Amino acid sequence: MTVHQLSVFIENKSGALVRVLRLLKQENIQLIASTIADTADFGIFRIICSEPEKACNVLKEAGVAVSLCEVFAVELDDRPGQAADAIAIFASEGISISYLYSFLLNGKGVLIFRTDNAEKAAEVIASNGLSVIEEKDLSRLL
Amino acid sequence: MLGVKAYNSFGMSEMCGPGVAFECPEQNGMHIWEDYYIVEIVNPDTLEPVPDGEVGELVLTTLKREAMPLLRYRTRDLTRILPGECPCGRHHLRLDRMKGRSDDMIILKGVNIFPIQIETILMQFQELASDYLITLETVDDNDAMTVDVEMKDLFIDDYAKLQALTREITRQLRDEILITPRVRLVPKNTLPKSEGKAVRVVDTRKKY
Ligand SMILES: [Zn+2]
Repeated sequence: MTVHQLSVFIENKSGALVRVLRLLKQENIQLIASTIADTADFGIFRIICSEPEKACNVLKEAGVAVSLCEVFAVELDDRPGQAADAIAIFASEGISISYLYSFLLNGKGVLIFRTDNAEKAAEVIASNGLSVIEEKDLSRLL
Repeated sequence: MLGVKAYNSFGMSEMCGPGVAFECPEQNGMHIWEDYYIVEIVNPDTLEPVPDGEVGELVLTTLKREAMPLLRYRTRDLTRILPGECPCGRHHLRLDRMKGRSDDMIILKGVNIFPIQIETILMQFQELASDYLITLETVDDNDAMTVDVEMKDLFIDDYAKLQALTREITRQLRDEILITPRVRLVPKNTLPKSEGKAVRVVDTRKKY
């Protein structure tokens, strides 16, 4: 019940980000969502995109430090308070969110996140009937 | 592979070539022939002798060479005298493996640092690849050191681990060289390769 995310290590120097994006462009890979966490010396560029395995290989072959990982994508109604209620469920189960970002698509809110306990998070999602987006559903979003 | 035990030896063309010092079956340091050489280990900066066990530049004087005797010849090789007697019974003192060249010595904030000290620390981190680059700069009229280290493609998604790794490398380097460097993780294959004589140190400091 997860989607693939690319995590790209970006050095803090000009052109590093555009290089990654151009490599994806050349392969006609479409970004669905992305975010950058930064420190003084490096950033982590996290990307949800079409054809994540292919995208990962393209970047690796170009010498970019990248890893493919699994994150949850939970779909919510676009109403105030939905995110709060969803996250509260994880908090009450003692599951920590490592990072989270969100986007709106076709009138739905989508929360992308990683937790410190994927197995337990999956159980919590199932038992609370949260609507998750699967890898195969991603093409539906494009 | 060939079932042959290999022994380490030390030599230089200025001193009759190989065999200046040689390992005994204990293979714990190379005995240097004290009936042929006077051995001194000095601080390459002050040229004062250092105590046994401490790393410095090997300085040799030949006792029997006739055509071209060398007096207090600075070898530029860094090593140390291994303290104590060798169990093999030879009394000729033992040199440790060469630890680099005194020409490589960095003087930063008045502290002598050898790149090998930094390399030894970095090699202990299995998260790191083998290449690194030391950059010396002047920042606000002070010496500063940056150490760029290549990492393997591990836990790139884990920001906390990347930061913890950076902090731990910094801490261990500080404990070794007594100066706190700035440590930067960089992707693999972005630094000069270690083959041959790679540039490991870049010094862009202002010269006064
Ligand atoms: Zn011995």
